Amino acid sequence: MLLQTNSLDAGYGRFRALFGIDIEVAAGECIAIIGANGAGKSTLMRSISGVLPNAPGMILHNGEPIGALSAAAILKRGIAMVPEGRKLFPSLSVEENLLIGGQKRRGSGAWSLQTIYDLFPILREKRALPGTSLSGGQQQMVAIGRALMSNPELLLCDEISLGLAPVVIRDIYAALPRIRETGAAVIVVEQDITQALRVADRVYCLMEGRVTLSGTPDTLTRDAIHDAYFGGHA
Amino acid sequence: MIWLDTIVQGILLGGLYALFATGLSLVFGIMRLVNLAHGDMIVLAAYLILVLVMTLGLSPWIAVLIAAPVMFALGWLLQRVVLNRVLGPDILPPLLVTFGLSIAIQNALLEGFSADSRRIPNPELEGASMALGPINVGVMPMLTFASAIVVIVILNRVIYATPLGRSFRATSDDPVTAGLMGVEPMKVFAVATGLAMVVVTIAALYLGTRANFDPAIGPARLIYAFQAVIIGGLGSLWGTLAGGIIIGVAQTLGAAVNPEWQILSGHIAFLVVLLIRPRGLFPRAYD
Repeated sequence: MLLQTNSLDAGYGRFRALFGIDIEVAAGECIAIIGANGAGKSTLMRSISGVLPNAPGMILHNGEPIGALSAAAILKRGIAMVPEGRKLFPSLSVEENLLIGGQKRRGSGAWSLQTIYDLFPILREKRALPGTSLSGGQQQMVAIGRALMSNPELLLCDEISLGLAPVVIRDIYAALPRIRETGAAVIVVEQDITQALRVADRVYCLMEGRVTLSGTPDTLTRDAIHDAYFGGHA
Repeated sequence: MIWLDTIVQGILLGGLYALFATGLSLVFGIMRLVNLAHGDMIVLAAYLILVLVMTLGLSPWIAVLIAAPVMFALGWLLQRVVLNRVLGPDILPPLLVTFGLSIAIQNALLEGFSADSRRIPNPELEGASMALGPINVGVMPMLTFASAIVVIVILNRVIYATPLGRSFRATSDDPVTAGLMGVEPMKVFAVATGLAMVVVTIAALYLGTRANFDPAIGPARLIYAFQAVIIGGLGSLWGTLAGGIIIGVAQTLGAAVNPEWQILSGHIAFLVVLLIRPRGLFPRAYD
């Protein structure tokens, strides 16, 4: 298994946000994590990416414990993150934002400045501008490109459609098949269930820090998802 | 002509203050750390150069080449072992620690070298001067000013055109997200402090060859450096040079009117600039 969480508990100080999360990601797979605001989706991404440290054995990468590694060490293992809110560096131009993503790249891979510019051609035009001067959708493209520049085998995308217009979301999700062609596994965190079901091989639904539902999109009924998302009728 | 001479002397003195300030500006810009021991580090580096000159019989220009990597290592270690542990959302711990460091360095120097004032011997260039149009300027002040410009050009080149500088700027913007890029903020900070100590060594060379120094003069150098950084606007090295020049010119003009007014005039110029431009002359667009 490429990535596995093992009864993952996580939180901030005395506040616990995740309770015994078990998820699995196989190489090349696309996983969607859905759930309402505050369900713990972003905490899960922050734990896997090393921003939030955990007990070592709670997260396994190719069977090895990585829960206690720093974000920098996790990136070097091939797990890159597109953080919630994009988080471009205001002092860096578009191209520098991309370059810093590739500063610790692992060997040779599919991604370079050229292939990122081919994926998102508008960025080539705007490469000399400050990253944060772009529109929200273009900034999201920079954030995705910046994470790809490390040639990850697992890409974590935290709320990449948040606050964007539907037409912009479509453009961004259009890049997903190209990313998967490189063999990378992807985890997308989404509040938009329809979008998530369209792109994912498997879906996990989180509610109040627990996995309430998992399965492939075709096996999940509307009602089951509704219950897992908002809480059951019983 | 006396006024022109005074102003030129002031500008050249500003080069020395800019050298004092550049390391401070670099460290503050990257990690928001105010190193209260900065002036004492300059004095420490001056004693290091002095020891190399006296014991090995080296020219100060060679001694500085040996002292610079030693000071880099010292800065790197200081950051890794001490300062990285106190950086955080609270600005008080680093202030207290560097204040303590300042006292410790002063007392260690006092213990090792006594309170006698010393000077780095520089027989070839001491007192040398050259005609610059209608006025005569000292060769050492000219070299000081030129060094300040070279240091700032090189540092700007490092900051804006190298992967290391990209890491500096990204870490300064957002250390958590920089971590997601594989940048380790604590290592970046250590390199930045090391670089600042190299600039400190260059400043120490001019401090120690141009005038007498003793273990107690560090804090005053820190104040001039700090004023230059604030006048220039945080984060701009050229601004820091401008700040140094403003203080230098104010001091020499004040001294020309009445020698007792030299230091006071520098402080007044600082307050006047702060009244007119509270964020300095060249502030960053965002913070």
